[in-house]
Amino acid sequence: MRALLRRLGVYLLAAWVAITVSFLLPRAVPGNPVAGAIARAQSSGICNSFCVKAIEEQLGFNVHTSLWVQYVQYLGNLVHGNLGFSWSENAQVTSLIVSYLPWTLGLLGVATIMSFVVGTLIGVVMAWRRGSWLDWLMPAATFFQAIPYFFLALVLVLIFGETGSLLKWFPSLYGFDIYGVDPGMNLPYIASILGHAVLPALTVILASMGGFILSMRNQMVTTMDEDFVLVARAKGLRTGKVVWYAARNALLPCVSNFSVAISIVVAGQILVEIVFNYPGIGYHLYGALGALDYTLVQGIFVVITLVVLAANLLADVVYVLIDPRARQEA
Amino acid sequence: MSLPGASAMTSPGSLAAPGAAPDRGVDPVLEIRGLCVDYGFGDDAAHAVADCDLTLGRGRVLGLAGESGSGKSTLAMAAIRLLRSPGVITGGEVLFHPRPASDGEPATTLDLLAAGEQELRAIRWSEIAIVLQSALNALNPVSTIGAQFDELLATHRPGLGRASRRDRAGDLLELVGMTPDRLRSYPHEMSGGMRQRAMIAMALALDPQVMILDEPTTALDVVTQREILEELMGLRDRLGFAALFITHDLSLLVEFADDIAVMYAGRLMERAPAASLFRSPRLPYTYGLLHCFPPMHGERHRMDGIPGSPPDLRDLPPGCAFHPRCQWAIPRCRQDVPKLEPLTGSHREVACWLHRDNATAPPELMRPDPAVAQPRTAAVSDTSAERAV
Repeated sequence: MRALLRRLGVYLLAAWVAITVSFLLPRAVPGNPVAGAIARAQSSGICNSFCVKAIEEQLGFNVHTSLWVQYVQYLGNLVHGNLGFSWSENAQVTSLIVSYLPWTLGLLGVATIMSFVVGTLIGVVMAWRRGSWLDWLMPAATFFQAIPYFFLALVLVLIFGETGSLLKWFPSLYGFDIYGVDPGMNLPYIASILGHAVLPALTVILASMGGFILSMRNQMVTTMDEDFVLVARAKGLRTGKVVWYAARNALLPCVSNFSVAISIVVAGQILVEIVFNYPGIGYHLYGALGALDYTLVQGIFVVITLVVLAANLLADVVYVLIDPRARQEA
Repeated sequence: MSLPGASAMTSPGSLAAPGAAPDRGVDPVLEIRGLCVDYGFGDDAAHAVADCDLTLGRGRVLGLAGESGSGKSTLAMAAIRLLRSPGVITGGEVLFHPRPASDGEPATTLDLLAAGEQELRAIRWSEIAIVLQSALNALNPVSTIGAQFDELLATHRPGLGRASRRDRAGDLLELVGMTPDRLRSYPHEMSGGMRQRAMIAMALALDPQVMILDEPTTALDVVTQREILEELMGLRDRLGFAALFITHDLSLLVEFADDIAVMYAGRLMERAPAASLFRSPRLPYTYGLLHCFPPMHGERHRMDGIPGSPPDLRDLPPGCAFHPRCQWAIPRCRQDVPKLEPLTGSHREVACWLHRDNATAPPELMRPDPAVAQPRTAAVSDTSAERAV
């Protein structure tokens, strides 16, 4: 328990650093959002000092006060869940993110868990059946691990997507059929969501699974040489039990690797969403960047960081649950 | 001390000739015959174990000694089919003789190398248990000692209920001087000595007939080492299991083993009752090993050790593998591989040309054997031999 609290402390610190960086970044880049907004306002009329003041207030970017005051103000807003106002979407950033997040989390969660579980199982079998035809999965896994997410997404769209030119099996645009169904708790809508998630999820699974396969397979090969696996065999335990001895121990480093992997997967999914116009955070981040909507970009950054930190925390909790040695480490 | 008619051509089978084998009259429990193990394939293969014969008598302690890399562990692990890859068993047989049934009906002998997975699994641990060097690595780090006992008993004694399994595990821990509340501990929560005790308790769980002790005390400090060994030997006297004790420390074996076999470069080179081997080694290599340990008291004298280093198993010297390091090598040692054969008039075997045909062994290798009645008393006093007594 103490170990977990300590971890939690580390994550709070990491979250604070991430929030601070996402506050500083837009202020460090050349040009500032207020100037951009003033320019936009002037294209439709004169922007006087009141107008400038209003824009600054709206963006939370008061260039006439010190950075410190802005920072405190920013943190205060954040605590109240106020991430500012997005001019490009003409809405509160918080409510926008709340509407994007389920898409991203749903796709990311399902795809990552499936990829981790299936990849780990394949890794176990590959290590156990080392020397059989399964060894041919190794170069395949390495290939998929090396291929960029967006490229794989494009290839899948080309082959399976409705907007592609070959099989046209699965829809490859948007999160659901925006012309055909009404959002709500109705079957056609849910079916449409599932259908539209196939290709993006497949992309994330294929691109991330290679890493999980390789990491588990290699870890498993090492663990299988450990004395306790030899002893498990010497004990005359059933083969399944012996594999479990090895797999259970090989899983530990893989769970800690998961923390590193998850941030790569999140980064990859941002690109996947862009390819599929999938209405999650990544797609809107792209839009916000294009529109120079700093508040939205900043808000999305903060949320992505928090999501990654939460996934890391989850992996840590799981690790503490499955490794007795981590439970009482100071 | 030459053996008329014996030559390099003698087949291993001749060892069983009447009046020859040291185990004559001893009821064997594990017989290793002509075992060969290679690491790797083809021309590059290292012959880690070459044509080894070894018999473990029921209830006896057989020491297996040799330098690192001499093939001791490989021999033992191959015999029970637990060889790690890329080890390959290329020949031989390993006969396990189960204890006779209570009605006196002799049990059927099982060739472990030919046995199927099912048969093998049935005798593993229930008849042949192992204790490895490092108990930290031998115990599953993610489950408690109790859980590891439990799954062992549940696998081999399906009739036992959960509560009786726990009781049995507790009793076993008490047998090795631990308290039953240790069942709730994880391996990392215990000291090295305690882990090794727990491992021994686990090895005893199914009352096996054979224990393979692969350097069971090497990873422990000398005090714990002695405690554990005395514990083990006390248990052996009470429970009567046979032990194959692998170590590089000959002086330990002298105290605890009935017989000692010495391995060099994958071959068994000498085999004798412990006291005989220690007091009067017949093999130059054994002589060298015995002179590697400084005496605790007595006058100071030079430690010579054995010059040179163990040979490359992929490229053994012709003839006797030890001849380049042997101070007494004769021309024949460079040509023919000596076989492990009995010496006339004693319960011991040696693979050395110095004791064959017309060769004359140096006086160092001809000390009187304490196990054999000698017409005259030992003239040579050996300080290094005295310290262990």
